[in-house]
Amino acid sequence: MSTLAVAQAEREQAWVQPSKGRVAMFCLILAESTIFTIFVVAYVYNIGKSLYGPTPQILEVPIWNSIFLLSSSLTIWLAERAVEHGRIKSFGLWWALTFVLGAIFLVGTGIEWHKLIYEDGLTISTNLFGTTFYSLVGLHASHVILGLIALFTVLMFTVTGHVRKEHADRIQVLALYWHFVDAVWIVVFTVVYVIGR
Amino acid sequence: MADSTFPVPGALEAAPHGRRWSQAAFLAWLHDWVVTVDHKKLGILYMLYSIFFLLVGGVEAILIRIQLVRPDMHFLSPWVFNRVFTMHGTTMVFLVGMTYIFGFANYLVPLMVGARDMAFPRLNALSFWLTFFGGILLYYSFIGGYGLYGASSAPDTMWWAYSPLTERAFSPGHAPDYWALSLIVTGFGTIGASINVIATALCLRCKGMTLMRLPLFVWLNVVTSFLALLAITPLTAAQVMLLIDRYLGGHFFDTQAGGSALIWAHFFWIFGHPEVYVLVLPAFAIANEVIPVFSRKAIFGYPAMAAASVGIAFVSLGVWAHHMFTIGMTSVGNTFFVLSTMLVGIPTGIKIFNWVATMWGGKIRFATPMLFCTAFLFQFLIAGLTGIILSVAPWNWQLHNSYFVIAHFHYVLVGAIVFCIFAGIYYWYPKVTGRMLSEKLGKWHFWLFVIGFHVSFDTMHVLGILGMPRSIFTYEADRGWAPWNFVVSIGGFIQAIAVLVFAFNLVHSYFKGRVAGNDPWDAWTLEWATPSPPPAYNFAEDPVVTSRRPLWDIKHPEDPDWRYE
Ligand code: HEM
Ligand SMILES: [Cu+2]
Repeated sequence: MSTLAVAQAEREQAWVQPSKGRVAMFCLILAESTIFTIFVVAYVYNIGKSLYGPTPQILEVPIWNSIFLLSSSLTIWLAERAVEHGRIKSFGLWWALTFVLGAIFLVGTGIEWHKLIYEDGLTISTNLFGTTFYSLVGLHASHVILGLIALFTVLMFTVTGHVRKEHADRIQVLALYWHFVDAVWIVVFTVVYVIGR
Repeated sequence: MADSTFPVPGALEAAPHGRRWSQAAFLAWLHDWVVTVDHKKLGILYMLYSIFFLLVGGVEAILIRIQLVRPDMHFLSPWVFNRVFTMHGTTMVFLVGMTYIFGFANYLVPLMVGARDMAFPRLNALSFWLTFFGGILLYYSFIGGYGLYGASSAPDTMWWAYSPLTERAFSPGHAPDYWALSLIVTGFGTIGASINVIATALCLRCKGMTLMRLPLFVWLNVVTSFLALLAITPLTAAQVMLLIDRYLGGHFFDTQAGGSALIWAHFFWIFGHPEVYVLVLPAFAIANEVIPVFSRKAIFGYPAMAAASVGIAFVSLGVWAHHMFTIGMTSVGNTFFVLSTMLVGIPTGIKIFNWVATMWGGKIRFATPMLFCTAFLFQFLIAGLTGIILSVAPWNWQLHNSYFVIAHFHYVLVGAIVFCIFAGIYYWYPKVTGRMLSEKLGKWHFWLFVIGFHVSFDTMHVLGILGMPRSIFTYEADRGWAPWNFVVSIGGFIQAIAVLVFAFNLVHSYFKGRVAGNDPWDAWTLEWATPSPPPAYNFAEDPVVTSRRPLWDIKHPEDPDWRYE
């Protein structure tokens, strides 16, 4: 009968499995990272290959913009901690601040592109540099936009009072995505504004 | 000692009610299939989609073979010929290969891990319908390829769509756009479905189903899904670049503006090589279930099998340039890709040994699924060996883009993958429909198909060695290729007849087949503990398992598996 007891004991152990939201988000991030990798490779491979037109020297390093975006990782982390402990008010504030920082980043990118297009005459079809630059930075910006839409949705739920402590887990899954978008910016920044310039 | 618990099979199943045809009933039925989020129904939809396009791609193959049956044929024009083989390749890889994976995985992974559905049922439906839409988009190119300006045209740039041929300057019209958009859309479907498979297998396992007790089918599908996440996305990225070039005037692959055609080839094969393993691993998954059950033995070397799959996935990420030896590389590059390609032989060899060891000394029952799996073993071995031949750079310079390559990869794609798909369908059809496929027709199907397969593809190796290049629309009589081509085409027709027998069997047995019962093969995994077909909720009570073969434990309480774990 000892075997039965063993089997019994095994059954009573807590049966824990990873959270499906987290697993799915990590998988999505894995897939997205591969897309970014290919675009980064295309950028690096083509540095200095433009036959004519503006060169990367016209770029200005977007220091402030980067600081805004990266600090939004900190604010969203504070928001995560707040909702985990049921402090919904402070969650809402940190979350809104994250949204604002992300939006500022996007506006900053818009200003940068405006200058590049109208002052330096660089568009996506001007030359190889334009093609790779707008694609890579644009790919990242489109992820910021997606992230902002998601952040905004949660913000609306918060304002209308639908967010409670038990949603902490889902919110953290979403926050993972935002952290990813921030982390990718470090790579894009390094490649475009440090190595490529 | 029944330490595992199961629902009483059949007890909760609603009695099947006679359906009488009326328009309202039909619409309700249709609506039900369109809005369904049930993993079983989505699995069936994926399979029907896959089989449908298998027939479409098969028709295209037959067109190709009619054109090549004799020298100087004028059955198809060169332009149409290019479209037909492009569509054939694209269809078979993306619409057949990528969908059968999720057909089987959707239906079986939740049942095998003892769950009631996939982790994200709605994402699941979304993924299927994206894939569905992508396929339609590809075929719509026949109508819309030249936009409103002219005759219809499908893409004609081969399945790898090398640049700069796909640039605007060389491919006006919209045919390459349909190709790229359709594959981006089906790619999104694949990503969604892969995430779902991984989350289901890792997070919804029933009690006691530890990772080392997961059926190997589930293990391999998880590995496949991870590989798909890493493989499909480079293609998506490259196609976005192609569209930027074509629509926004970008220069990624525009060689006149400093862009590079070479980098497309790299991106494509960074996708393309792992992709072939994405296609073959689920076929292995099927063999892993069928071979033990029909050999009446537990699989030999379970941990080695799981580890070898992970090994194959890793190695396959670093071998892509063996498709590019003739493009020209440094000798370091050549050496690296020769050696890394040969390395794949090790984990693959482990697998073949383990399957043979599983059969060794077993009481083998040669029912149709097992027949297909046995043929698969031999054919996959040969395909792997021609692969090793092709991986030797000097040999490759000689054989590249010849019919030898076509023979090699059809040996895998048909001889291994399609054979396993058939095995899987014969094996699980009773579970899905409640009826057995006819064994008699199954035997006809099998023998015709094996014979047709070998007549075609064995001969193709010879053509390749005689120097016949791939993708040519015809050839002169004095090349000495005519008799061989004739034989290849005959084999193609025999395979087509076999597939028609199969299609007939599918339909016929659905109405007239022998009633299957819950467990017709005396198998061991959880799906056979449910009624056939399983109810919407799968398991009335969450199962608890204590070994790798839960049904064995129930059937043999005196000698349960968990004693040996
Ligand atoms: C496991 C499943 C496999 C599949 C589905 C597969 C499929 C393919 C396909 C589709 C191609 C040709 C693509 C094209 O040119 O259009 C190909 C070529 C090649 N395969 Fe495989 N293959 C498999 C296994 C292997 C193995 C095990 C090896 C070597 C160990 C191998 C080595 C090669 C090489 C070297 C080529 C390049 C030939 C050339 O283009 O000159 N393959 N394979
Ligand atoms: Cu390959």
